[in-house]
Amino acid sequence: MSIFDLTIAVAARALAAKQISSVELVTAYNGAVAALNPRLNAFITTTPDLALAQAKAADARIAAGEATPLTGIPLAMKDLFCTAGVRTTAASKILEPFIPPYESTVSGKLKTAGAVMLGKANLDEFAMGSSNITSGYGPVENPWKRTGSDARLVPGGSSGGSAAAVAARMALGATGTDTGGSIRQPAAFTGLAGIKPTYGRCSRYGIIAFASSLDQAGPMARNVEDCALLLNAMAGFDERDSTSAQRAVPDFTTALNRGVKGLRIGIPAEYRLEGTNPEILALWDKGLAWLRAAGAEIVDISLPHTQYGLPVYYIVAPAEASSNLARYDGVRFGARVDGVDLIDMYERTRAAGFGAEVKRRIMIGTYVLSHGYYDAYYLKAQKVRNLILRDFTEAFAKVDAILTPTAPSAAFGLGEKMDDPVTMYLNDVFTVPASLAGVPAMSVPAGLSSEGLPLGLQVIGRHFDEETVFAVSAALEKAAGFTALPELRAK
Amino acid sequence: MSLDSATVRRIAKLARIRVGDEEVETLRGELNAILGYVEQLAQVNVDGIEPLSGGAQMALRSRQDVQTDGGIVEQILANAPDREGQFFAVPKVVE
Repeated sequence: MSIFDLTIAVAARALAAKQISSVELVTAYNGAVAALNPRLNAFITTTPDLALAQAKAADARIAAGEATPLTGIPLAMKDLFCTAGVRTTAASKILEPFIPPYESTVSGKLKTAGAVMLGKANLDEFAMGSSNITSGYGPVENPWKRTGSDARLVPGGSSGGSAAAVAARMALGATGTDTGGSIRQPAAFTGLAGIKPTYGRCSRYGIIAFASSLDQAGPMARNVEDCALLLNAMAGFDERDSTSAQRAVPDFTTALNRGVKGLRIGIPAEYRLEGTNPEILALWDKGLAWLRAAGAEIVDISLPHTQYGLPVYYIVAPAEASSNLARYDGVRFGARVDGVDLIDMYERTRAAGFGAEVKRRIMIGTYVLSHGYYDAYYLKAQKVRNLILRDFTEAFAKVDAILTPTAPSAAFGLGEKMDDPVTMYLNDVFTVPASLAGVPAMSVPAGLSSEGLPLGLQVIGRHFDEETVFAVSAALEKAAGFTALPELRAK
Repeated sequence: MSLDSATVRRIAKLARIRVGDEEVETLRGELNAILGYVEQLAQVNVDGIEPLSGGAQMALRSRQDVQTDGGIVEQILANAPDREGQFFAVPKVVE
């Protein structure tokens, strides 16, 4: 088996058994990054020297018998996590010179566990996008190709660099963040597993804020087990995040072999949207057949406010973003463009530093929060958000988990769906409702499209019941037997 | 409801983003497309429904009102685009 075909779990066992060293592992992955990144652009900043130093420390720790399952494992860190001493851009030109003096809680926990950071992964600017084309550092290319075509496809977004890095075997796993689908949709587009945990499960401290009531960190990896291993290390209460959950973190790997016997799995009628790609619907039917065969009971449910998820999201998220991004004013950190006076400096700095999508969202957010429109837009959206939460609460009185497709299509081409912002927003139609309700949701690779591209199924669970999400996801993974690999990858 | 170009300029001013004359029309079209899309929320009856502001299913914690950090002037100023001694420097505000 090639060093690039390992999973985190297998690599950890090989490290523990001294069959391989972290330095060997990291040297190989540093090489894969150097070889493939010029083409795929999955990393904004690479840190090969730091990675090697961390690998040496990891080997010493393994030798001392003090290893965790992540000690010595090379990971990609989404460039939205502040990393002390390592440039952190959020894929925005406005943060091009920014070197954080402090570490985000999640990246710090991974560091404490002994994980190795290969570099900072590309993303949509400030995590605003579904294709990674809004990055100020160029788009990411999806390592997958349509059969018989060399057309460049998007990896999804916003965690598109993380997704491409893991799919192309440039990293064993990655961190992502998910505000409306930014872990799950790119995972689906690149044949990976990825989980957005319950809101509050992972600390937001040191994650550059987009929409604070929705932002949540989570792992992306080659399989469900690796996601559980990563989430074990990433999750946990943090005083420095006011919305961090004061709850014990279970060992998520213990849920993987629970099976689904006796579980009730909900199939929401409203996700069967008119015009949805028949391949996606067929895969969904297959998924519920797999779960039924594994002993689950399939239950038809209704989430009546589903269609309002996207419009609520596109009011709430820009409103929070317009407020969060007010801090980028060219005074305390980041890029500055001089002006004739202070206001002129602010306006020139923000005009030059933000890309088109970020400007649009700041302006929409400014408008919906402005005097005279607040009630009609923002307050109304918050009330409908409550109805969406109620839909899930009522559904989870009847079922233990919900199964849906992750995205309405497979990965699309660079340059497609760019006609207007709303067309791009529709990518998130299946992922946004769980974000608004704050419930955990995972995408699992479940099959290939007729064009040979990966498709994902989404498992949604109750608040803080990631364990059931892992159990159902592991059962789907087992039944799907997804083994396809992308064309562009380290071998 | 459709935004006119004067409103687009006003929003840009509030958002502190300089917008060139040639950008106003494009932005007006894009912002109106988004506002047109979210208009469907008008169909939803929200009588008696409380607004949901956050994703956390919990009450926010309180903490002691005490200083927990400080004495890190150089770290804070390390990323400043311009500084004078221990201060951030900005263009003249008062003539």
